Amino acid sequence: MQDIILVQNLNHTYGEKPALKDFSLSVATGELHGLIGPDSAGKTTLMRILCGLLPIQTGEGEVLGLNLKTDYKAIRAQLGYMPQRFSLYQDLSVQENLMFFARLFSVPASERDKRMPELYAFSRLDAFKTRKAGALSGGMKQKLALSCALIHRPELLILDEPTYGVDPVSRQEFWQMLKSIQKEGTSILVSTPYMEEAELCDKVSLMLNGNLMASDTPSDIISKWDKSVYRLSADNLKEMENKLCSFEGIDSCQLFGHELHLVMDKTTAEDTVKALQSKFVHTGFTLEKVKPGMEDIYLSYMQSSAIEEQFDA
Amino acid sequence: MPDKKLQAMVQTIDLTKRFGKFTAVNNLNLSINKGEIFGFLGANGAGKTTAIRMLCGLLKPTSGKAIVADCDIMTESECLKQRIGYMSQRFALYEDLTVRENVLFYSGIYQVKQEQALATAETMLTEMGIDLKDKALTKSLPLGYKQRLALTCSLLHNPQLLFLDEPTSGVDPQARRAFWNVINKLADAGKTVIVTTHFMDEAEYCHRVLVMQNGETIALGRPGELKTQNKVDNMQQLFLKLVS
Repeated sequence: MQDIILVQNLNHTYGEKPALKDFSLSVATGELHGLIGPDSAGKTTLMRILCGLLPIQTGEGEVLGLNLKTDYKAIRAQLGYMPQRFSLYQDLSVQENLMFFARLFSVPASERDKRMPELYAFSRLDAFKTRKAGALSGGMKQKLALSCALIHRPELLILDEPTYGVDPVSRQEFWQMLKSIQKEGTSILVSTPYMEEAELCDKVSLMLNGNLMASDTPSDIISKWDKSVYRLSADNLKEMENKLCSFEGIDSCQLFGHELHLVMDKTTAEDTVKALQSKFVHTGFTLEKVKPGMEDIYLSYMQSSAIEEQFDA
Repeated sequence: MPDKKLQAMVQTIDLTKRFGKFTAVNNLNLSINKGEIFGFLGANGAGKTTAIRMLCGLLKPTSGKAIVADCDIMTESECLKQRIGYMSQRFALYEDLTVRENVLFYSGIYQVKQEQALATAETMLTEMGIDLKDKALTKSLPLGYKQRLALTCSLLHNPQLLFLDEPTSGVDPQARRAFWNVINKLADAGKTVIVTTHFMDEAEYCHRVLVMQNGETIALGRPGELKTQNKVDNMQQLFLKLVS
């Protein structure tokens, strides 16, 4: 089986509201595939269709080599799905939840006992083994939910925003764990609002308004982009933002923490930078060309789609 | 001696919360100024939400003291309720109510006149692209809309101090930036904002941050100051260095 997920021309509407428009996507077997996009892009709808939880309205789809319309029960039994808002058993302890999900997914005891320490290592929940899930902090609940989803190793894992509310250290460890699960042979489809997580995927699909805007490796998405990004640091960043963002040749200005990213056309970037530097020679800022990241590209896509919408209206 | 009461919006002395044998917050000493954007950072379970819930008067401290918006959190919870706004993790909106019904519900909680609440909400929501007359139930709204509605509901009574507990979790990069524009506007208008986040680029936008670990304060200061002290380039590196 070459593609673990293959959907073609999916259309899905809720009442009159379209969620997916003529949507096609393929995910190769063994791939770690990221889904990014704003609210109501259709990510969760797509995931629910792939899990056999929503019937296909129009279009065709295969998951794990099985037909979504006829074999959805078999598909459901073979994949692992972690919905956006996972429900744990609040009255069971951390350990009991893990044991329960291991049994639910028929994980052999020997495998379970091997995996539990690995899961504790990432979640740092071993100190809280006996605490009821309901008494965990918000982020810890999320980590327990994740651990429950990862206690079995299905052929395909579908994770809907698994790192919601998870702290930076745990997120790093979680992604290391996803990579090792992938090495063991599991294909993974994961949605995330963190663009640095998207960069860790083999391939990334960007969804917007039910459409697929791009689907490629992060490095290809980045190298094919026709913009250059310059990083600006200055003491008075806000003032600089007001002055520079309307400067001719600058497509957009985005705040990245304590820096400003200036986006310009590759072809004219050098001239724009020269003009900038001569005009603001005494302002005291440093400007440095940087490799664009997924977040730069994401924001640029969102901006141009907003402009198109204005024109449409 | 300058009168501190005039300046500080939040002042805590040895604020501590234990759940049984577990110490969630240990001896928190903190002073937050009026108009400040103050960030609480820390790993999951570090004690951020517990600290915030105590400061909001939602959780009684085991020991210690705190004065928030000139109200004593132990004895003056009604006074506190009138002066602060709180937006909890995963937004406490009523999913089976419409946008308008949620606004009316919160106007009742905060004892704001309905017409006044609707007027305030309409201004804020229209700016954010949400229609108050939309008949759809709140549960059908996208996450970013819920976030904005929750923020609006926490501002209906025009509080001086606003607590935002992970307001941007699960929110995409563009919507996060838009949300921070709103936070900056609120601070510019003189409101004090206390916010928790797991996005370290957002930590850079705070005037000062507190980093917590196992209920203890492990760092407190301006982002620039903390980065220099710890010889790191950004807050993500700082967090990974301090917490892992």
